[in-house]
Amino acid sequence: MFEWVLQHAWLIALIPFLAFAFIGLFLYRWPKVSAGISLFSIGIGLIMSLILLKGMANLGVSPDYEAAVSWLRMPGLTIEMGILVDGLSIVMLFIVTFIAFLVQLYSLGYMKGDPGFASYYAYQSIFAAAMLGLVLANNFGQMYVFWELVGLASYLLIGFWFGKDSARDAAKKAFITNRVGDFGFLLGILFVQIIFGTLNFGELTGEVASYTNTGGLLIVTLLLLAGPVGKSAQFPLHVWLPDAMEGPTPVSALIHAATMVAAGVYLIARAFFIFSSTSEAMQVIAFIGGFTALFAAVIALTQYDIKRILAYSTLSQLGYMVMAMGIGAMTAGMFHLTTHAFFKALLFLGAGSVIYALHHEQDIRKMGGLVHKMPITTWTFVIGALALAGIPPLAGFWSKDEILLSAYAGGYTGLYILGSLVAFFTAFYMFRLIFTAFFGEKTENHLHDGHERHEVHESPWVMTMPLLILAFMSIFAGFIGAPVTGNIFGHYIHYHGEVHHEPEIMVVVLSTILALAGIFLAWLFYGKKVLSQESLKQRLGWIYNVVFNKFYIDEIYAWLIRTFVDGSARIMFWIDIHIINRLVDLSAELTGGAGSKLRYTENGQVQTYAYYMIGGIIIISAAVLLAGLGIMQ
Amino acid sequence: MHNLPILSLTLLLPAIGAVFIMFLPKDKVKFIRWTAALVTFLSLLLSLLVFIFYDRSTGGMQFIERITWIPDLGVSYALGIDGISLPMLLLTNLIGFSAVYASWHIKEQAKEFFSLLLLLITGVMGTFVTTDLFIFFLFYEVVVIPIYILVIMWGSSKRVTKEYAGMKLTIYLLIGSAFLLLGIISLYVKAYLLTGKPSTDLMFLSSLDYDLSFQIFVFALMTLGFGTLLSMFPFHSWSPDGYAGAPTAVSMIHAGVLKKIGGYGLIRIGLFILPAGAQVIAPVIAVLAICNVLYAALICISQKDLKYIVGYSSVSHMGYVLIGIAALNLISINGAVMMMFGHGVMAALFFALIGNLYEKSHTRNIDDFGGLAHQMPRLATGFMIAGLASLGLPGMVNFIGEFTIFVGAFSEYRVLTVLAVSGVIFTALYILRTLGAVLFGPRQEKWDHLQDLKGVEMVPLVILGAAIILGGFFPFTIMDLINQGATELLAHINLLNIGGI
Repeated sequence: MFEWVLQHAWLIALIPFLAFAFIGLFLYRWPKVSAGISLFSIGIGLIMSLILLKGMANLGVSPDYEAAVSWLRMPGLTIEMGILVDGLSIVMLFIVTFIAFLVQLYSLGYMKGDPGFASYYAYQSIFAAAMLGLVLANNFGQMYVFWELVGLASYLLIGFWFGKDSARDAAKKAFITNRVGDFGFLLGILFVQIIFGTLNFGELTGEVASYTNTGGLLIVTLLLLAGPVGKSAQFPLHVWLPDAMEGPTPVSALIHAATMVAAGVYLIARAFFIFSSTSEAMQVIAFIGGFTALFAAVIALTQYDIKRILAYSTLSQLGYMVMAMGIGAMTAGMFHLTTHAFFKALLFLGAGSVIYALHHEQDIRKMGGLVHKMPITTWTFVIGALALAGIPPLAGFWSKDEILLSAYAGGYTGLYILGSLVAFFTAFYMFRLIFTAFFGEKTENHLHDGHERHEVHESPWVMTMPLLILAFMSIFAGFIGAPVTGNIFGHYIHYHGEVHHEPEIMVVVLSTILALAGIFLAWLFYGKKVLSQESLKQRLGWIYNVVFNKFYIDEIYAWLIRTFVDGSARIMFWIDIHIINRLVDLSAELTGGAGSKLRYTENGQVQTYAYYMIGGIIIISAAVLLAGLGIMQ
Repeated sequence: MHNLPILSLTLLLPAIGAVFIMFLPKDKVKFIRWTAALVTFLSLLLSLLVFIFYDRSTGGMQFIERITWIPDLGVSYALGIDGISLPMLLLTNLIGFSAVYASWHIKEQAKEFFSLLLLLITGVMGTFVTTDLFIFFLFYEVVVIPIYILVIMWGSSKRVTKEYAGMKLTIYLLIGSAFLLLGIISLYVKAYLLTGKPSTDLMFLSSLDYDLSFQIFVFALMTLGFGTLLSMFPFHSWSPDGYAGAPTAVSMIHAGVLKKIGGYGLIRIGLFILPAGAQVIAPVIAVLAICNVLYAALICISQKDLKYIVGYSSVSHMGYVLIGIAALNLISINGAVMMMFGHGVMAALFFALIGNLYEKSHTRNIDDFGGLAHQMPRLATGFMIAGLASLGLPGMVNFIGEFTIFVGAFSEYRVLTVLAVSGVIFTALYILRTLGAVLFGPRQEKWDHLQDLKGVEMVPLVILGAAIILGGFFPFTIMDLINQGATELLAHINLLNIGGI
């Protein structure tokens, strides 16, 4: 069974793709059938991934199965479509199919009655298919193809409610920002192809190891890095992710947990042989990740939109993962990606449940007291937040600690301090959200669209069941990588041998204290309200405003594009009309003008023609004579 | 099967249809339309058969036909098809067939319209299937006159009048072809002087040794001639105005295939006969190509008229084709041919949809639209497919061309290729802005009366959309052919240096 699934792992990606094609071409008039097909196809993928996981556990080591067919072939350039099944891809396959399945199940409730129900499921299917194709890729070419398809699917889903201007603009922003990153990524791939003559990961591993031009390697790596910076929304290409919440909330859960943003981190892990080949590149990766982690956490402290807080939290956590990659802790980074997938999906789906119940209210200040109305949503959300904050023994604790430990043990003291600070902020902003939205008093009785507060009730089971499953995972998933269980995760997913750090009691205790302190402080401000947030805001003054407005980065980018891109576009058009086109018209006018002048030479008088003839004869004779003279010399 | 003159049939069916329509009474509009649809359908079918039955194991010129025509000048009616011309033949017929359906609602002087259109299709096709330089030029000139009449009679006036557009288009192409004619005559005379044998056979002309300065001179003339046709910077200004003024079917055929005669000619004639000249001129072409890519892409960002956006965008995309040709290696040439195919189906689809929308709404200004996906989901799907193809999304045939060109060109021109690749950002910017402005956003009641695509209007979308997506998912079906043709061509001129090695 395991062998068969291993060899047919491509079906995991192909089946959801076929579901997309069938829904798009034939089934779009039957929403329920479409949803059924979509769920069924991702369900098969989930089962196959589980068989792979189980098989790997039985095997005791990471399998290394590769198979491919050529897709684009010519001498000097081959792109294959293949599968590379090892510990890394098996774990990712599981995460993607598992989260996608739960999100699709949940969407049955959340998207109920939406006029685009069928196309929603078509897009969900292609999103999953593209991500799974990316995960299975055995070469950079295939990676790029599916990378872009993931981008397409996210464009379609972010802009799903295309009737809203904000959704349309967010989708566009996501695509274009990613394009900027992909520009670098594509150049990096071109360099790889030219330098090494292959795009296959396996072949490249050997080639890169024996390549000595570190300068060239550094350029290639940094170009490739632009891809993950765009896709995993790292500074300075992070701007699209917070806006991406314009899509339906289950889509946000998918994007933030398993697909899209995970792709960037996965790429770094998959091509770790090239990213880790120069220490300079690793430093850049670590710095970008660390900076993003802190920067986004600071912004999250000030936001009021429930999804926006979670979005900045994702940015921050992705920064954590990228930072882990940069300090060489690939295993820890992937481990955090895994645990984060569970609790971030949980948090977003929980937020979706709240938004669904409150008829699309997203401002946490207008919530309050939800615990009484929506107990399942509330308590699962709290579990997710505790996991994210890194409270032992929940999932996030183990993975975050693994990263902090790697930083500490690797001698990256600066990044270790930064990481600990981020942990404190994370705990604070998550519990700021929880105390405000779920506990506290109800602030308003009327919801913004005129519904009464007492109508609010818990979501249907198709929505709460995924929450419960994810809550379970958020509590227990950390043990697969915990030192107490012998770090099974690191046994299957590692680069150049397993890494074992002795658990440092100081690191563990300190990070736990910081997380608890964050929660306690949030309680003082928003639960007990003995501290006043208003006076703090006033004391911070303009700093608060800058942070609240996300450091004005979106505004700066918009200004740059308006001024430089649109400006030069207008200049070029002016040149085209007033110089190039003018020259063309001018030459036409010249010809026309010359014609109207010259026509007076054709006056029909024989004498005039005789003059021309004689003149002509003289000129020709002179020319012949001169030429003759020239030859004689 | 092989005794049948299948290429002649494919080529002449539209022309026969054109003559037949001329004899029909002019009020039988329905009958005229169906005649045009039938002959183009048969041509498409035949070219698909050629595509399927072309023997890939042997390669080379196949389905050869040869009838001596003017023995004193060495001119033969010689047809044949290989891996480079076959995709072009297929492209012509895919677009020709779709163009008839995109013109379904033409009522004024339908008789003249459809016979000129069919003549145009034969003219374009002729340049791709012949192996004789004289016949090539003959067909090339055949297309100019129908285009002129079609534009000034059935075109539309917006920023410029249709008369201006038609005149500009025609004069520009005639000047281009004058350079070309000069080059062809020099080549013919030179070959005659070298061997004493008059011939316009491409293979014969290519087998001779011309001295370098002659090669440079003639290749430069061809660059001017073919470059103008391919809207090479700074000879591109006919293209946006021309497409904007032309009726839908002409925009489709012109941007889709006619323009590709330029790229095809540069490879099949210029490079094939004058490889040494090509190597000298190539860097110039490469630099101009980058001007095409970036300059035109930036202009697209400032445009509001849908046809101008696609018009300038096609100028931009031709830059990719040009740099692919200029890099002169197998990979880049493969990419250039693939790109011509991809851009052809994409541009034709775009123009078909814009034509349809314009017919119903009487505007092409993107600011007038918004939220059309509410009223016209099928049209929106078509626009999305064309747009995503245009920005080089994998899964669409255009990506294959772009990527291959980038790999091939990158080994030859580092900096220029990096600049060319940066074009993908600007393309994404203007395409997504356009799609967003036209299709998405709140529903506008003033467009509630617009009918979505239905019935025969779906034909261009289905045919061209399928070509884009199937080509994108199964690129080897076309690329293997192109690679075979390009390998043979480059081996013949001893230029088989492969990019990246």
